[in-house]
Amino acid sequence: MLEVRSLTKSFGGLAAIDQVSIDVGANEVVALIGPNGAGKTTLFSCIAGFTRPDAGSVLFLGRDVTGLPPHRICAKGIARTFQITQPFARLSVLENVMIGAYHTTRVRREAEAQAIDVVHQLGLSRQLDMRADALTLAGCKRLELARALATRPKLLLLDEVMAGLNPIEVEDIVREVRRVHEGGVAILLIEHVMQAVVSLAARVYVLSNGHIIANGSPEQVATDPVVVEAYLGHGAAARLTRASADA
Amino acid sequence: MGVLQAVRERERGLLGVEGSARHDRMPTSDILFAGLINGLMAGGIYVLVAVGLTLIYGVLHIINFAHGSLLMLAMYAVFLLWRKPLGLDPYAALPIVTAGAFAFGYVLYRGLIGHFSHGKDENILLITLGLSIVIDNAALFFFTGDTQTIDVAYAGRMISLGPALVALPKLVSFAAALLICLLLGLLMTRTDIGKAIRAVARERRGARLVGIDVERVMATSFGIGIACLGAAACLLMPTFYVSPSSGHAFVLIAFTIVALGGMGSFKGALLGGLLIGIVESIGGLWLGEQLGQIGIPLVFILILLLRPTGLFGAAR
Amino acid sequence: MTWARTILIGCGVLALIAYPWVFSSNYASNVGFLVLFAAYLGQTWNIAGGFAGQTSFGHVVFFGTGAYVSTILQATYGVNPWLAWPFAALAGAFVGWLIGVLGYRAGLKGSYFALITLAVAEVGRIVANSVPITKGGLGILLRADPRPSNFQFTDPVWFYYLALALCLSSMLIAWRLKRTRFGARLAAIRENEDAAQALGIDSFREKVKCLALSGGLCGAGGTVYVQKYLYIDPSIAFGVDKSVEMLLVTMIGGAGTVAGPLIGSGVLHLVGEVTRDLGGMLPGIGNAEPLSIIVYGAVLIAIVAWLPDGLIGLFSKRGGKARHA
Repeated sequence: MLEVRSLTKSFGGLAAIDQVSIDVGANEVVALIGPNGAGKTTLFSCIAGFTRPDAGSVLFLGRDVTGLPPHRICAKGIARTFQITQPFARLSVLENVMIGAYHTTRVRREAEAQAIDVVHQLGLSRQLDMRADALTLAGCKRLELARALATRPKLLLLDEVMAGLNPIEVEDIVREVRRVHEGGVAILLIEHVMQAVVSLAARVYVLSNGHIIANGSPEQVATDPVVVEAYLGHGAAARLTRASADA
Repeated sequence: MGVLQAVRERERGLLGVEGSARHDRMPTSDILFAGLINGLMAGGIYVLVAVGLTLIYGVLHIINFAHGSLLMLAMYAVFLLWRKPLGLDPYAALPIVTAGAFAFGYVLYRGLIGHFSHGKDENILLITLGLSIVIDNAALFFFTGDTQTIDVAYAGRMISLGPALVALPKLVSFAAALLICLLLGLLMTRTDIGKAIRAVARERRGARLVGIDVERVMATSFGIGIACLGAAACLLMPTFYVSPSSGHAFVLIAFTIVALGGMGSFKGALLGGLLIGIVESIGGLWLGEQLGQIGIPLVFILILLLRPTGLFGAAR
Repeated sequence: MTWARTILIGCGVLALIAYPWVFSSNYASNVGFLVLFAAYLGQTWNIAGGFAGQTSFGHVVFFGTGAYVSTILQATYGVNPWLAWPFAALAGAFVGWLIGVLGYRAGLKGSYFALITLAVAEVGRIVANSVPITKGGLGILLRADPRPSNFQFTDPVWFYYLALALCLSSMLIAWRLKRTRFGARLAAIRENEDAAQALGIDSFREKVKCLALSGGLCGAGGTVYVQKYLYIDPSIAFGVDKSVEMLLVTMIGGAGTVAGPLIGSGVLHLVGEVTRDLGGMLPGIGNAEPLSIIVYGAVLIAIVAWLPDGLIGLFSKRGGKARHA
């Protein structure tokens, strides 16, 4: 469904991402992990149209969407959430989600009905008329998800949706995301919270210093020495193996 | 009424019809040269105005819409000092007005503007807009709408610069403006307060962390910005006029210079001020008194559309 | 909308309609006209500045363009003012479209946008002051020929009702706007343009449309002004005073609300009257007019500082309940 080919983006001489290629299939949940500064958000930014890549291409459903502006990316069927939530602060939860719903219809009543549906799906029914800036962090995350969902995307890009949530809240959101996926939406998520990655993702890409260094199931990737080194430093994999051998 | 137009009218008054007629009978390239020189002279003073604005923006991230009105207020102060019974020559009044302006700016920041300098920049723009409305109309109320000029004894003396005749006060003002800019530059680079100001401009939180009293520095910076206006007022009054609507005319000039030079850039304000002075002068020559005024807002619009960071500004 | 609200609004409208019967002097009609007309112009500003968050400092440029277009068509080309009226609106809309396309293409927002509108208005003033077709600084005087077919009325009460009709229509437009997708999108752009784009909104196109609409309505107002006062000159047409008034009435009442401009206009004129009366009572005061404008400036500062949601913000429930776009 999503094919990223050799995507490269530099900022002032430093390559944030360098020849990155990833795939997301139509029914997949794929995770993108890596140490801080690896280039994950830059990759998202390029796919979602907020940044123009220097080289490479992004294909969605076979069509080239490289460098399209964000609203056209959304029109193609890709929705994204933001790492730091970006609610429409002074609008109500319902109005926030309606903005997303308006992507598929002009009619207010329809948008409202669709929005109420999504709000209900994501457990925000009690906060329907509440101002978005009055929500808790977990509520805000749900709102981001609801808003993106209301645009009826085929692919959802989730940028560190679990960040800042306690383990119970993480479990809740994981359940929501799984439900969204079961509703027929492919998902590509950036995550640091391994609990979520392991629960949701069938495949994991590991990004480090702008390069993909591993690709496989969560279990494969977790034990891959290259990945361990990327997180824990040079020589760490060897040290760990020695330590467990000595134990 | 445009600034240039006012100057020409004053010149006519100072030189007599004959003197200005001699102006008009000069061949074109000489007129152009005269226009260039006069524009440069005016530009020098504009630099002072713009430097204040760019300092305030660079350090405080405030777009001070009241900048023109405050200049107008300072010019009235010069006028009042000049009037009997005080009879103070504007150049002699320079230290007084500059110091007074600094104090006024400092208090204004502490009392009003400082409270809002942490919010959206649009809010601050609206607040300084409100301030400019209050100042403009207070001036209208106290001084009525009449324009005021001051006559100094040496205003009529002309110096020849090549084929151009320049009024002596203009030349003195130009030199003084550049001197003050130099002094300001030295203040910024050689003194502790200057370094503190530049630190706060660059990285506010870091400055706080190394023990700089950021609030005091910001108030001081605002004060210096207004002090520049005080100095500019003393240098303008010998050859310009003041009326309650002057504020509005100057604010656009100041913004255009700062936009052209780059928000927060001293070099930019210097170059921009001189350029705009010339643009205004040449515009007036080429398009006539009325339409010539269009040069400045047009430059402003073009800068914002084509190169919003200006010549030397940092990319936002 | 609750029944109580509907009844309240109905009473308000009836009161406004009945006003000239209760206060039948010409003076009362003229004051009424001023308040309602300022509310109308404020509403046009509200559409761009309040709904879409595009604070403009030069909105008067639309007003002036409309005013000059219809006046020149009348005075120089003999076109009937009623016929010239839509052209004024079109001219205003065109200028709005132009500023939008150029400004938003360059990515201008916030203060930069506000300042560029100011510069454009200034360009308008200078051009109007210099070209022969506008008669320059002299301005254009319309020949007094008070016939309804000529868009001039002897009795000022008709201008009052015209202003009332304009004000109410603009409020209706604003109200409808908020309930459409277009209005919702403008609110989204105002709150968070990046998030709006991520949700499929072409913010450039919506903002341009918004500015064109605002400009068109404002331009239509320009015509009405000249028909009433029979005179226009560059400083009236493009002076910064009108821009500030439009901004002020909206911000005082509540930017982004339907009733804001009307409430703000009422309050502003009331404050102005009181200040003028008080000022006139002080010994030695010749012209108390600047005093009231000083108060306006102070009110603007107070509103931005303490009541950013305007007077309506005082009454809407806070703490959780939404302001409803």
